[in-house]
Amino acid sequence: MPARADYRKKLQNILDNLVIMCRHAEDICEQSVAAFVARDLELAQNVKKIEKTIDKLERKIEKASLRLLVMEHPVASDFHEISVALKIVIDLERIGDQAKDIAKITAQLTDAPVPESIKQMGVIVIHMLKDAVRSYVNRDLELARLLDKTDDKVDAIFDIIMNELAAAIQKNPENSKNALQLIMVAKYLERIGDHAVNIGERVEKLIQGKI
Amino acid sequence: MSISIKNCDLFYGDFHALKGIGRDEGMEISENKVTAFIGPSGCGKSTFIRVFNRMNDLIQNCKITGEITIDGQNIYEKSTDITQLRKNVGMVFQKPNPFPMSIYDNIAFAPRTYGIKKRAQLDEIVERSLRQAALWDEVSDRLKKSALGLSGGQQQRLCIARTLAAEPKIILMDEPTSALDPISTGTIEDLIRELKKTYTIVIVTHNMQQATRISDKTAFFLMGEVIEYDKTRQIFSNPKDKRTENYVTGRFG
Repeated sequence: MPARADYRKKLQNILDNLVIMCRHAEDICEQSVAAFVARDLELAQNVKKIEKTIDKLERKIEKASLRLLVMEHPVASDFHEISVALKIVIDLERIGDQAKDIAKITAQLTDAPVPESIKQMGVIVIHMLKDAVRSYVNRDLELARLLDKTDDKVDAIFDIIMNELAAAIQKNPENSKNALQLIMVAKYLERIGDHAVNIGERVEKLIQGKI
Repeated sequence: MSISIKNCDLFYGDFHALKGIGRDEGMEISENKVTAFIGPSGCGKSTFIRVFNRMNDLIQNCKITGEITIDGQNIYEKSTDITQLRKNVGMVFQKPNPFPMSIYDNIAFAPRTYGIKKRAQLDEIVERSLRQAALWDEVSDRLKKSALGLSGGQQQRLCIARTLAAEPKIILMDEPTSALDPISTGTIEDLIRELKKTYTIVIVTHNMQQATRISDKTAFFLMGEVIEYDKTRQIFSNPKDKRTENYVTGRFG
């Protein structure tokens, strides 16, 4: 029988919860972007609920991980698992916040059409997050490394959106509030992309066992 | 002084206790570093540490092959002066074992054995050794009292001081803190960090955290073999061998 059964169970529990938190982060992004694109206020309301679940999971994982570090002194790959978990939860929690902020703006937007470039950005960012989660779950180094390149595309689209909306504000100053809110949404999406890249970098360290 | 090991095998009768240690590239124990030996009970750590001062010679039917070189000399050659070897390679054991005599006489024992008779010289060695072992301030006013009256932690530092009095170059420590409380353990660990500036230290420990705290390099033993030998940081953060990983993370016991 393997030694330290209780310790192994606790460690596994943390890692299982982290995967659950990853799934919630994917969900919240998908729902938040869908609510934004369709102006679906009910869906936007649901985003807030998921965000609370994510926050709770963050606290739960953090507490259990710190307790394990203090009480069980994990080393080698176990140490990396915990250390990476403690960092990934921060990214996931921030993703939850940004998705919630998008939902909040959704409730305030007028009926003006959503620029295609923001929709496109939403699709790419959701993909990035899914790839980041997949790279973590499958320990896929190649996939984790690809995230950085995809992020360059997201940044480029963000620049285009900025220019488009700046031009729109100049042309139609009375709609500037709406345009600024759209810029905010684009910025939140861009940040979610950054967090996906962070997760990829942490996966890389986890696989390589680097401190 | 460093220790170099090449293809070392050790047998207790038919039992093959150490198997080809340093078999390919050899194994080097570096000067002025702390090297920790870890591994499950019965894996050969203590047997191996005793190879360095030929303590295993005292065991019947013990046969050793290979090359153990200290300071350029194969210590298993017939010409080896074992008394000189054991003077150079001191040892501290798991359980503090002061001689039933005064603190002073415990420390002066080795220098007297090596022929030092002058009082002033002995006084100087006793004080220096006790200071090096971080015990002087606690015992300087009762040097003539029995060493058996000291606490466990003090007794162990006395044993370290007694080892230092012989002016060794290498100190072997076989689980030196396993019988001590955390405070005494901390004191001895501080002492080991200090001593490595002057001595080469090899320590057998079952306490993984101790290995991470004080050693520069760690060797993981399993069933008489060295499975992995690397920087301690590497062994505990990213071991190369799955068996090392399983042991340090406690996956097998």
